[in-house]
Amino acid sequence: MEALYAVCVGVLTAAGVFLLLRGRTFPVVVGLTLLSYGVNLFLFATGRLNNSAAAVLGAGSDHADPLPQALVLTAIVIGFAMTAFVVILAMRARGDLGNDHVDGRVPELVLDSEERN
Amino acid sequence: MQHLILLPLILPLLGGLLMLLPPLTDSRVRQRNFALVLSAATMLISVLLVQQAQQGVIGVYALGDWAAPFGIVMVADRLSTLLLLLTSVLAFCSLLYTFGPRTEEGSFFQPLLQFQILGVNGAFLTGDLFNLFVFFEILLIASYGLLMFGGGKTRTRAGLHYVILNLAGSAIFLFALGILYGTLGTLNIADLALKVQHLDPAEAPLVRAGGLMLLIVFGLKAAMLPLQFWLPAAYAASTPAVAALFAIMTKVGIYAILRVFTVIFGDAAGSLSHIAGPWLWPLGLMTILVGAIGVLASQDLRRLIANLIIVSVGSLLAVIALQREAATAAALYYLLHSTLICGGLFLLSDLIARQRGKVGDRLVPGRGVGQGRLLGSLFFIGAIAVIGMPPLAGFLGKVLMLSAASSVAEMSWLWPLVLGSSLVALITLSRAGSTLFWNPAGKPVEIMRAHPVQLLATVLLLSMPLLLSVFAGPVTHMAAATAQQLHDVQGQIGSVLQPVTHLVEVK
Repeated sequence: MEALYAVCVGVLTAAGVFLLLRGRTFPVVVGLTLLSYGVNLFLFATGRLNNSAAAVLGAGSDHADPLPQALVLTAIVIGFAMTAFVVILAMRARGDLGNDHVDGRVPELVLDSEERN
Repeated sequence: MQHLILLPLILPLLGGLLMLLPPLTDSRVRQRNFALVLSAATMLISVLLVQQAQQGVIGVYALGDWAAPFGIVMVADRLSTLLLLLTSVLAFCSLLYTFGPRTEEGSFFQPLLQFQILGVNGAFLTGDLFNLFVFFEILLIASYGLLMFGGGKTRTRAGLHYVILNLAGSAIFLFALGILYGTLGTLNIADLALKVQHLDPAEAPLVRAGGLMLLIVFGLKAAMLPLQFWLPAAYAASTPAVAALFAIMTKVGIYAILRVFTVIFGDAAGSLSHIAGPWLWPLGLMTILVGAIGVLASQDLRRLIANLIIVSVGSLLAVIALQREAATAAALYYLLHSTLICGGLFLLSDLIARQRGKVGDRLVPGRGVGQGRLLGSLFFIGAIAVIGMPPLAGFLGKVLMLSAASSVAEMSWLWPLVLGSSLVALITLSRAGSTLFWNPAGKPVEIMRAHPVQLLATVLLLSMPLLLSVFAGPVTHMAAATAQQLHDVQGQIGSVLQPVTHLVEVK
């Protein structure tokens, strides 16, 4: 289970970072979202993964750590608000600047290659 | 008086919310007056907190009376209260500046300003790394709003970069917190400092990775070298009051670096002690260099001041990297000075820009400044202070920082860069001043007068270096005591975690 979980976090993060480095705002926003998914899973795993451990209130020798769950919840809420903000901002930038490049203008190299295609 | 520690958070939070409700939200004037009262109250409370902390006691406020490593604590020691006072002075002056004639501020401006102050105060007071993250997010989302106020192309572009960079930074922050929690099992700063001393050597590399990831995040906030490119554009694009308040934002990053890498990864951390030094030292020095090049290349006054902030951040980081008590004390004194003076210069540059008409603050010959004598002398004083020439506090701060370097290797790197950057600032500011005041391409069409309240705010901030140098004795003593308390890791652990040991004894 650990290996599968680790691979999931790794793939999400790698995909997030890759998209974050793109030039247009839409992939960047999607990249930020994927990155925050990866982060949330990672935070959740810091309480260690275990099967059939009781929540704090239950009776049992094995307890699940409640703190990472609280941390993840906070991180999800904040991440959601921030994503909403960046989506609006990206749309505003599209309107204000006339294109969806993160620098506000499309580099000439890219324009050339797009014309050729 | 025990609840005093929480008031710097409660006041801006409730005040900001109240401003959104009917009696205040209808009128901008009422909002402003209310905000000013709030800000003055926050300043008063910070003065009281500083007084309390100066007696050497670390004030610990356990929320809901849950003891330290389990519950959330607010810690008001010398360092946090000092920065709290700095924030409230800066916030008061920036707020005063919004009393002038400026139409582009909507009805959400004042509440956002209060939330920004809430975030900064919270970041200084919290004794817990996860809450540091939460307060960072509060101050960031408020700053996103404030930065975009007024709209326009340059603001949108600068804002987009700023927001995306900081969101990526938040993700790294969370990764780092996850690593630290997974290995050390706590996020309370004092408890982390304790746990890191008895760390299993097999887990040390993981903790080191977590710690250095924190350095990336704080470096982004502080505008450390590879992560500083957002700063000049963002600060130059925002409205003057916001830019002045943003002068504290880089200092939040520096505070976090000081706190985490002196207390958690400090002298007592065994194999992990001083892990930030080898990175901070070269990066800080290079930040000075890049900032100085930026100063030389600046085409307008506000970008110039923003680059001067980068230079000051670089000097502070390089001195902090020495990780000695005397160095920390010197950095603290210079931090107070550089924050206040850069805030003041941002306000002044707006006063100048408005009297020059269309050219604004671009450094090209334009219409003469209406109140050339008055603003010129203010600019002169501000320039002397920010360059670090005697007799103002910048000079003392730089002398203290230079004398913090003890070995030849340290001196031979720090001295040329700090002194060279001062020379660059001297050249550029003289050039800027001559262009602005002595080289008018035409007479001012009408004599424009600066709004008296705005002028008052600017003069208040610009007179702070004078106060800092007049009261240099007490202030340096205070900085030394603050540094000593910060470096006394065992003392901090003892006073924050004290309630717990007490509980155990009762059982």
